[in-house]
Amino acid sequence: MQRIGVFVCWCGSNIAGTVDVQAVSEALKTEPGVVFFTNYQYMCSQAGQDIIIDAVKEHNLTGIVVCSCSPRMHEATFRKTAAAAGLNPYMVEIANIREQCSWVHKDMASGTEKAIILGKAAIAKVNLNAPLTPGESPVTKRALVIGGGIAGIQTALDIADAGFPVDIVETKPTIGGKMAQLDKTFPTLDCAACILTPKMVDVAQNDKIRIFSYSEVQEIKGFVGNFDVTIKKKARFVKEEICTGCGACVEKCPMKKIPNEFNLGMDNRRAIYIPFAQAVPKVATIDPSACNMLKNGKCGVCSKVCTAGAIDYTQKDEFINEKYGAIVVATGFNPISMDKFDEYAYNQSKDVITSLEFERLTNAAGPTQGKLLRPSDLEHPHTIVFVQCVGSRCAACAEKGKEYCSKICCMYTAKHAMLVRDKYPDTEVYVFYIDVRTPGKNFDEFYRRAVEEYGVKYIKGMVGKVTPEGNKLKVRASDLIAGKQLNIDADLVVLAVAIEPDKSARPLATMLTASMDTNDFFTEAHPKLRPVESPTAGVFLSGACQGPKDIPETVSQASAAASKVIGLLVKDKLKGNPCIASANELMCNGCSTCANVCPYGAITYIDKEFPMFDRTMQTRRVAQVNPAVCQGCGACTVACMSGAMDLRGFASSQIIAEVDAICR
Amino acid sequence: MKVSYFPGCTLKNKAKILDVYARRCAEVLGVTLEEIDNWQCCGGVFTSKDEPGSKLSSVRALKFAFEKSQPLVSVCSACHNVLKQTNHLMQSDEAFCTKVNRYMAEDSAYDGSTQVYHYLELLRDVVGFDKIREAVVNPLKGRKIAPYYGCLLLRPSSVMQMDDPENPTIFEDLLRALGAEVVVSSMRNECCGGYVTMEKPEFAKKKSLDITSNMQAMGADMIATACPLCKYNLDKNSDAIPTVYFTELLAEALGVKEECDNA
Repeated sequence: MQRIGVFVCWCGSNIAGTVDVQAVSEALKTEPGVVFFTNYQYMCSQAGQDIIIDAVKEHNLTGIVVCSCSPRMHEATFRKTAAAAGLNPYMVEIANIREQCSWVHKDMASGTEKAIILGKAAIAKVNLNAPLTPGESPVTKRALVIGGGIAGIQTALDIADAGFPVDIVETKPTIGGKMAQLDKTFPTLDCAACILTPKMVDVAQNDKIRIFSYSEVQEIKGFVGNFDVTIKKKARFVKEEICTGCGACVEKCPMKKIPNEFNLGMDNRRAIYIPFAQAVPKVATIDPSACNMLKNGKCGVCSKVCTAGAIDYTQKDEFINEKYGAIVVATGFNPISMDKFDEYAYNQSKDVITSLEFERLTNAAGPTQGKLLRPSDLEHPHTIVFVQCVGSRCAACAEKGKEYCSKICCMYTAKHAMLVRDKYPDTEVYVFYIDVRTPGKNFDEFYRRAVEEYGVKYIKGMVGKVTPEGNKLKVRASDLIAGKQLNIDADLVVLAVAIEPDKSARPLATMLTASMDTNDFFTEAHPKLRPVESPTAGVFLSGACQGPKDIPETVSQASAAASKVIGLLVKDKLKGNPCIASANELMCNGCSTCANVCPYGAITYIDKEFPMFDRTMQTRRVAQVNPAVCQGCGACTVACMSGAMDLRGFASSQIIAEVDAICR
Repeated sequence: MKVSYFPGCTLKNKAKILDVYARRCAEVLGVTLEEIDNWQCCGGVFTSKDEPGSKLSSVRALKFAFEKSQPLVSVCSACHNVLKQTNHLMQSDEAFCTKVNRYMAEDSAYDGSTQVYHYLELLRDVVGFDKIREAVVNPLKGRKIAPYYGCLLLRPSSVMQMDDPENPTIFEDLLRALGAEVVVSSMRNECCGGYVTMEKPEFAKKKSLDITSNMQAMGADMIATACPLCKYNLDKNSDAIPTVYFTELLAEALGVKEECDNA
């Protein structure tokens, strides 16, 4: 029989306001095993914890029940208290009489009644608790960063700086991500390339960092500290280690009309290409869908002009296996498709462009060498209409747009409008908005400058229709403050398109068993207190894969994720969670049901010999749980038809005892 | 195949040709339009659901088709809009449905299960544009035609469910099947001014002119419509390019136009 102490917390008035704590502790004193009971204003405080420690020693308690807040809040605290008192930490049970009781009840009578029932359940459970000891697993001291944009770059640099090796996997032929495509950055207007490319070079030169460009994560197995990852290095038909990036092959390639992804299809590249001059690694890549040599064996010009002999038309995809202790997801974002937004005529006119396309049009390395010319006739546009919230904050159009605010558009649109007025003062610039949202250091000042110093015409209201006619775009919009309809003949319309997570994020989340929200943004372990960790141990989040973010915020999160990774990699061993499943081999019939439901791949089967009644030995197949992989979710215990699977700390017998106590 | 057919008042008067061509073309394509007995005006405009009285003629037409186990087809955009929206109310609003059935006091109740097609949908979903392409004897080669949807065919899109309200293609696809060169204007789903033409003709004139001038600027020689009111507004307010009923173009391509005109 256990000797149980019951400690009822008031949580100030949080619990005591709706629950008669005195009555609760009195009611619980007669429960089986209870030898001590008390209540106190703040059980989690030092004084409260001392009450527990003293009671354990004085009354030789073997089990502790704390009636307080959610175990998510203070279970760890009271487990430490138990350990300090010399008890096994897993001999503590929490009855949640705050979130699940006092906060949801209005009157004292029902609140108190429920608190007593919850207390009885916890006591019934702790009666069956047994000491548990967490296992240990080693930590592979290497990190994987998935995505080579500014988020991935910053995370990798910080981890490498702490002395740990890092690999970056990037699907594109170069790292740099979206930031490499930007012209200037708000609110200081420094050129994106000038602040990004040195960091890209740092990555390339850092001997702790390996870049797997033009590569994808194929498979992820394992668990925190011991991830086993297969990386697919796509064939680029150029030997990366030999290519000097001289560009002779690109110059001579006869296939000249391939839409250039880096400039969003606004100009062309060759079939063999280097995405941009500052690419890292600066290595050519052959696009197999465009290359004549690869398609029908006729050409081979690049191989003839390459003095380094780097071209290899026979190159195959390569698969690399590596072990990692931690994984950082930095898969970033993309603008949403404009196919369903025909009211803006994006697919009908070349002169309706997205903001990202506008970045390329104003970028000195862009298709117009930085001169702002409209795509249809390369004339200078004199009237430009910017439309914000295209597909964002669009609860009514959820099937084509997004309900959330994309966060970055207000600021980059103010930047675009300001830059146009600065470079071309003869241009009329309109910005249509629902709200202007500019929280952030020096952000609102920046927007005010666009309005007050640069004379950008901000109009509250949305554009309803864009109609191409002749060489004009007829823009019909509402001015909500003046209460009238506006008709503007524009030369260029720029859409601040909603952003969404990269398409690779969803399959990656499945591989990682990391959770996502309905918009496919990765979910953080706690939205306020653990914002850079995924709920899956050892998986961390960096940048826009977790939610829309600007560059300053992305870099902060990237460094935060790096510091979490470093905190993990400095450990030699990790303590596991002892509340894991185990199979009763005498009852297991090896049916595989549990392995099929296990989301972590923690269950394997072994053939084992068992003595029979007639003193012979029989070999049977039985389930075996890998304690380092099992997360204790309990799916197998529910699925097991012979009742052989049980969860330590949450045994079926314990749960039945709780239910019995509640129903008694 | 036989379908129930609701012509509507305008098709018996001002828009007779819309009706004549529609019937003959359907026959050529193997569909018989069976005119509903004693049909009455659809109401002209779909008003609020608090006026069940204005929906009764539509419900009677829908019930007629239901009892014959036929889909209900109409050509006029306005009639189709009223029929389709009323049918949707019968399906989705129990209180409305009960009220209407009590009011009609017929032997059996109607629950909204008739399939309601616009003639364009009949061509796309029942006949099929591929079959029409095969049946064309007189392709509209070199004709630059801008299809014009107006509002009533497409909206409210959750009820009408004919096509994407911002980027519809059904009309374009039909005209291409007839061999025409289609001019796609982004004004094709804008309002012509509708009945506002009675009270504020200047307003309707502006709306119509915006449409016709854009279609002309985009290179169209001709505008095709399904709606008598749209045709009225576009014709009245602009002499830039002619507006014709799509059934006329269909009849021409199927080689039965002259026969209809002489009949």
